[in-house]
Amino acid sequence: MSSIIPATSLTAQTIAEKVQSGEWTALETLENYLTQIAKSDAEIHAFNTVLEDEARAAARAIDERVALGEDVGPLAGVPVAVKDNLCTKGMRTTASSKILENWKPPYDATVVKRLADAGATLIGKTNMDEFAMGSSTENSAFGPTRNPHDLTCVPGGSSGGSAAAVAAGFSPVAIGSDTGGSIRQPASLCGVVGVKPTYGGVSRYGLLAFASSLDQVGPFANTVRDAAIVHEVIGGYDPKDSTSISEPFPSFLDAIEDGVEGLKIGIISELMGDIDGISSEVIQKTREAATLLSKNGALVEEVSIPASLYCLSAYYLIAPAEASSNLSRYDGVRYGLRVDGETLAEMNINTRTAGFGDEVKRRIMLGTYALSAGYFDAYYGKALKVRRLLAQNFDEVYSKYDALLSPTSPCTAFKLGEKTSDPMTMYVNDVCTIPSNLVGHPAISVPFGSGSDGMPIGVQILAPPMQEALMYRVASTLESAEK
Amino acid sequence: MTEPISEKEVAHVAYLARLRLSDEELQLFTKQLGAVLEHAKDVEALQLDGVEPMSHPLPLENVTREDEVDEMLDREEVLNQAPAVEDGRFQVPQILGEQP
Amino acid sequence: MTNADLKDGWELIVGLEVHVELGTATKLFCGCINQFGDEPNTNICPVCLGLPGSLPVVNEKAVISAMQLGRALNCSVNRSVFARKNYFYPDMPKDYQISQYDQPTNTDGYLDLPSGVRIGIERAHIEEDTGKTVHIGSTGRISGSDYSLVDYNRAGVPLIEVVSHPEIRTINQAKEYVEELRGILLTLGVSDAKMEEGSIRVDANVSVRTTNEDGLRTRCEIKNVNSLRSLGRAIEYEANRQIDLYENGESPSQETRHWDESAGRTRSGRSKEDAEDYRYFQEPDLVPLNPNSEIIHMIDQGLPTFPSERRTQLAALADMDIAEIALIVERSHDDFASETIRAGATPQMAIKHLTNNLSDGLGKLTPEAFTSLLQMEETAELTSTQAKKVLGELVQKGGNPQEVAAQFGLEAIGTDQLETLIDQLIANHPDEWERFCGGEKKVQGFFVGEIMKSTSGQADGKAINQILNARTAE
Repeated sequence: MSSIIPATSLTAQTIAEKVQSGEWTALETLENYLTQIAKSDAEIHAFNTVLEDEARAAARAIDERVALGEDVGPLAGVPVAVKDNLCTKGMRTTASSKILENWKPPYDATVVKRLADAGATLIGKTNMDEFAMGSSTENSAFGPTRNPHDLTCVPGGSSGGSAAAVAAGFSPVAIGSDTGGSIRQPASLCGVVGVKPTYGGVSRYGLLAFASSLDQVGPFANTVRDAAIVHEVIGGYDPKDSTSISEPFPSFLDAIEDGVEGLKIGIISELMGDIDGISSEVIQKTREAATLLSKNGALVEEVSIPASLYCLSAYYLIAPAEASSNLSRYDGVRYGLRVDGETLAEMNINTRTAGFGDEVKRRIMLGTYALSAGYFDAYYGKALKVRRLLAQNFDEVYSKYDALLSPTSPCTAFKLGEKTSDPMTMYVNDVCTIPSNLVGHPAISVPFGSGSDGMPIGVQILAPPMQEALMYRVASTLESAEK
Repeated sequence: MTEPISEKEVAHVAYLARLRLSDEELQLFTKQLGAVLEHAKDVEALQLDGVEPMSHPLPLENVTREDEVDEMLDREEVLNQAPAVEDGRFQVPQILGEQP
Repeated sequence: MTNADLKDGWELIVGLEVHVELGTATKLFCGCINQFGDEPNTNICPVCLGLPGSLPVVNEKAVISAMQLGRALNCSVNRSVFARKNYFYPDMPKDYQISQYDQPTNTDGYLDLPSGVRIGIERAHIEEDTGKTVHIGSTGRISGSDYSLVDYNRAGVPLIEVVSHPEIRTINQAKEYVEELRGILLTLGVSDAKMEEGSIRVDANVSVRTTNEDGLRTRCEIKNVNSLRSLGRAIEYEANRQIDLYENGESPSQETRHWDESAGRTRSGRSKEDAEDYRYFQEPDLVPLNPNSEIIHMIDQGLPTFPSERRTQLAALADMDIAEIALIVERSHDDFASETIRAGATPQMAIKHLTNNLSDGLGKLTPEAFTSLLQMEETAELTSTQAKKVLGELVQKGGNPQEVAAQFGLEAIGTDQLETLIDQLIANHPDEWERFCGGEKKVQGFFVGEIMKSTSGQADGKAINQILNARTAE
């Protein structure tokens, strides 16, 4: 099995400390990662664009400021890889789609600004499933990303590039987006930490929208602590995002080592075998995680979230519906690809037909259908009610339990091409992650061993809205205990 | 057994979404979309009359901003990214049909 | 056109959809300048250009203005939710418009017209405006154009769409409705409401029915009406077009039609088959607006007095009909009129002068001077002709009427003096006098003219006739 995994990985925490103290320079730190990329990204294709010049300039600037005694920020000199659906001013932002192949936004996403303000150096834009629609990064218009643990396997998706970048040592941390599991599932398949924040916890301004009521931007890292550090940098109220939470979040780091003594943790029973397709190895690993937590003082019991059984269907009605509207703006008029036509409508059709891949077209049509007159109530309207039921289920469970546990992905990384012939087969990969998106709760995937195929397995911790501190605490225990 | 969605309906939504499908694609997508809708029958079959729809995960209300001028974009920067420009405006081919 | 102008047996049914551009400093969802007439595509940002990744944030002033308008129109102000209206058109940067659908800000109001009719208002909701498209080609119109050019300066400007119930029954009512709405908007100061600049746009839903019918027949929406005059012409044309169809055994299709000003007719825009499915759903990038009762109360407290109330007040004070004093209110001369009347002036006299002789404005005329002048006319110290002349001077230069009258050397000719003059005239023209007493009324003009000549026009016509008539009786 051909794999590209570095022997050791530096943490963002370490890098920031060393750069801020002057022991290391941001530039040499960056060069190490650029070397790694040059060596191995041809095989992995984690990046759509490597921003060598821009990153070097940023690193030099950081080093100058450090020399002047300035406090550069919590991510001083830390390279960050950013998913290619986040706007980076003047730098290619493609959403891995032909329709935006050469688009350069005239503005930065809020998240991108905050990373730069914290001293991070943007090392590149990572590959993804086109417009975040997919679970394997095989839907990219520019070719798939390969799993660094096994180059014949997928890294997961849609943030496959970002997950692979961290796993392959191309960057200590990365940023992805999660609409139905697109951070957590690739994190699980690549053996890294991945977090989906509370909906509204991280600004969506500058994130190319897929499904607006589900999308969230979040971090990938090698350690739970690193993920929390990045999360705190990018998170918080943004007046440019009307769905952004203004209430401040409690610190993620203060209590992160507090352990799980006395906490009540529920294992979601429906995700432990009721739903078809969840591998027994994955279930076994999740039970091991549960045992570990109880050994550390938590009370772990099975709980039921009955509406989980309907989540996949509800998601595949709600997300495409919103996406069909969000993607209408790609019409060849103001930016991006234009394929000419005799009339406006023809130009729109030619452009969108040439510019979008099959999965994007499928979801746009599905969403358009679900919103159509005559079908709205039966499909989209019903799905919104399932969402309410799910929220009620969670509320009830959280009145008795502090956090929840489940597998992240139903399986380990599958082979490239294995699941591309039937969309439904691919969709089932999201079954464990979708519930948190629908209700807007935070969730994290923590690496927890591997399967018999040697490929990573991740387990998922879910927490109530705005309870990231608790989520990180439990995750941290799992991480240290597992070692 | 009736198909969840017909080729005619798929062709219609394709037009609504400004997409053109070849005959093969029409057949394939009809089948694939049908499979998703078939799976979604579990949701369709639920009796949820008393349940309020949940459009949004957040209970936020009344988020507004002051009526104050903010930074605007430089026209040249924007027009440089445009496929076709004339006289400082975005150019589009002949529009058939009036503004809805 | 009154109902009398429609063919016998037919009734006109009109509902108006009026789009009002709010005069906020910035656009509805972003901080771009809201201004008419700037260089194309200079007032733009990622949000109003709909760039990938952009998000809307609601302008508070626009919401307050919307609620103020709603309360001015006697609507309920509700918890509201924004919705996306999805369709492809190049003047919409996102290819969907953020509007309100089933939970709009204002519902169930009414507008009272000067003629006394009350028109129900279904809703007044908030939405964003589109950009402007210019069609380049031989005609400058969309059909026959070669290509089009789009300017997004207007994209994202806040609009309130006011939808009336189909309760308008005459063209005059339709025009009154628009003018009354304008008056409210100007009084509130939320829009400059200029039809010629497009800051107020009117679409008319027109249908007809026979006079003994209850239900509503097929209606057509008429767009592209750019003035009140066009509105009247378009409604008239369309009503007659529909009647003709019915009378020929056909019926109109439900469609949008465009008013062609130069041709004087409406033309079919889109057929029913092309009817758009807008696929409305709640806007996920925005959260609901839910004004509490305190805010609504504050808005109510802050509302100015609107034309209809001012009309009611003035009519009551003057003890006259609303129709008689409506013009005074429209010119915003009602406060002035009220002060004058309260100071003791005869209402009819005050209103008559305001209506006929003060249409160009009050200038330097003060209420005290006006009241004093009216008194001089009342006591016949000045004739009405003289009063008009003094009034003109007071408007131009100010001052008080006694001084101005003296300046002009104006005094009404006293009755004694007048009688003497008339007797002299009668004595000098016995033939004409005999003819007048014999019943030849037109000789009266001769006598009046002679008196006027000898008094340099300062005699009061009424008084002259009174005296002449008295003399004939003797």
